[in-house]
Amino acid sequence: MFDFIAGHYDYWFIISLITIGLYGMIIKKNLVKKLIGMTIFQASIILFYISSSIKAGATVPILSDKFNSADVANYINPLPHALMLTAIVVGVATVGVAFALLVLIYKRYNTLDEKELIERMK
Amino acid sequence: MIAKNLPAILPLIFLASALLIPLLGVWKKKIAYPFAITATLAAASLSVYGFIYVILNGTITYYFGGWVPPIGIEYVYDPLSSFVAVVINVVALLVLTHGYSVVKIDLEGRQVAYYSVVMLLMTGFNGMIITGDLFNLYVFIEISSLSGYALIAVGEKRAPFAAFRYLIIGTIGASFYLLGIGFLYFISGTLNMNDLALILPMMKDSPTILVALILIVVGLGIKMAIFPMHGWLPDSYTYAPTTSSALIAPIGTKVGAYVLLRLLFFVFGIDYFSNELPIADLIAVFSCGGIIFGSVMAIASKEMKRMLAYSSVAQIGYIGLGIGLANPFGFIGAVLHLLNHAFMKACLFIVAGNLRTKAGHSDISLMDDSFRKKYPWTMAAFTVAALSMVGLPPLAGFFSKWYLVLGTIESSRWIYLAVILLSSLLNAVYFFRILEKVYMRSSVKYKSDESYSDNIRQDEVVPSMLLPTLVLAVGLIVLGILNVFIVNQIYKMMPEGL
Repeated sequence: MFDFIAGHYDYWFIISLITIGLYGMIIKKNLVKKLIGMTIFQASIILFYISSSIKAGATVPILSDKFNSADVANYINPLPHALMLTAIVVGVATVGVAFALLVLIYKRYNTLDEKELIERMK
Repeated sequence: MIAKNLPAILPLIFLASALLIPLLGVWKKKIAYPFAITATLAAASLSVYGFIYVILNGTITYYFGGWVPPIGIEYVYDPLSSFVAVVINVVALLVLTHGYSVVKIDLEGRQVAYYSVVMLLMTGFNGMIITGDLFNLYVFIEISSLSGYALIAVGEKRAPFAAFRYLIIGTIGASFYLLGIGFLYFISGTLNMNDLALILPMMKDSPTILVALILIVVGLGIKMAIFPMHGWLPDSYTYAPTTSSALIAPIGTKVGAYVLLRLLFFVFGIDYFSNELPIADLIAVFSCGGIIFGSVMAIASKEMKRMLAYSSVAQIGYIGLGIGLANPFGFIGAVLHLLNHAFMKACLFIVAGNLRTKAGHSDISLMDDSFRKKYPWTMAAFTVAALSMVGLPPLAGFFSKWYLVLGTIESSRWIYLAVILLSSLLNAVYFFRILEKVYMRSSVKYKSDESYSDNIRQDEVVPSMLLPTLVLAVGLIVLGILNVFIVNQIYKMMPEGL
């Protein structure tokens, strides 16, 4: 049991990050805090990919005598890292659009508090 | 030559114009619209050509950079994806034709940016349809969603908040999907859909795949707004500018439904999600909830665009129900409804836009027979689309419901049958109350005022707006008459083993 918990410590960390992110997005009333929750949520998924593709003692995926990578078992699969580079870019774009929306909302209603905002929309 | 590269050309046309429009816009602002409409026209005609080619000659595959899958990224243009590509590109062409005058009024001075983002949206949608790679699909989902948020946010005063809510919920959906394909990738080692479909049956018992399936269904469920994950939809559609809502409402959720259909039927396999797991039943039950909820909320809405938004929640339920039935008739019903609803919703949203442009509002309680006198053609198109939504033969909407009903009978799911019939009744309630007002309720308050009613002149919208409205309405009749031909094509799209 202890081995199960200790052996998967990175996954427990990611699960708690996902929970924190979802909590921020659902419970927090301030829109910027919601956005922070969203960033944490996205980061946790990126960490999930990275930590799942890690391999102890492995080398770079370049076919060369220097790296001893002729054997497939010796190198780390680069694909998840490449995928996550794309996911990071997507995340940055999302945050950019979200901030643009927040600026617009603040200009029109002078508040970023959800309760207050719904009140002022009536 | 063109046919071989067609899968790549379609998204590239839109991507290239999304980049070129702002560049050329610096030089000449007026060039944005002609450029956008030409690109859409090219894409629409290419996708029609591609559909005919695929039906006659079979699937086209395109390998990016010549890398053979599963190493490289593959674009697949099979009967189903080519069919959906035709639907979305033709609807987009009609909506953009209509958009010329509306965008000019609504978004004065911002056309260059607007059309550029519209092109980006279409890139995302076309890519989602054509790609055969799971991660590529995620990127296209995000491209289309991000441009969707922007297109919604330029609307009314409340639009940015609606768009922000959509952004938060939409990002949760896309992230769930990303997490799901992460699970799939780490257990199978491939991201290619065809490859994955071959590998998955070998590891059916793995709980990892079950988790992946649930995450993907929830993620895409948010994107296609299956009840109870529809929370972002009504506000976004109501406050978005006319062209945005007419573009996103008929196409956006449909593409989400298509992706769910593709992944469930072609990657996971019917056996896995409907026989071994109760996922199909769950989708069907939630869809039924959505059908009833959406229809009731539509009856309760006082504003036409909001009513149409809730009706979208209900109509997505039909497609979800077709997917959930997981039998041949359900499949036909879902695909046919995807086509019919795209046309119906585009027509209805365009009508709402016409009313807003001319009358200044689309408030149902203020409608009376002066609307019929002022906008006879617009209201005629509305009547056709409304009757089609209710499901009167020979209009298109009847046939998709007919196949769904056949599907429920085949699986002996009598409750679903009752839901479909009941919802037709509810549809009738919320559309007929508008028709009743427009055709029966007199605009003359006192009898002595009769001269007033004679003075109401026809005040129809400009031809560039009227033409797409009428084409969509006539299209509904044509689609209804041609349904045998379309269903014969849908038989070719079915996955093996259905």
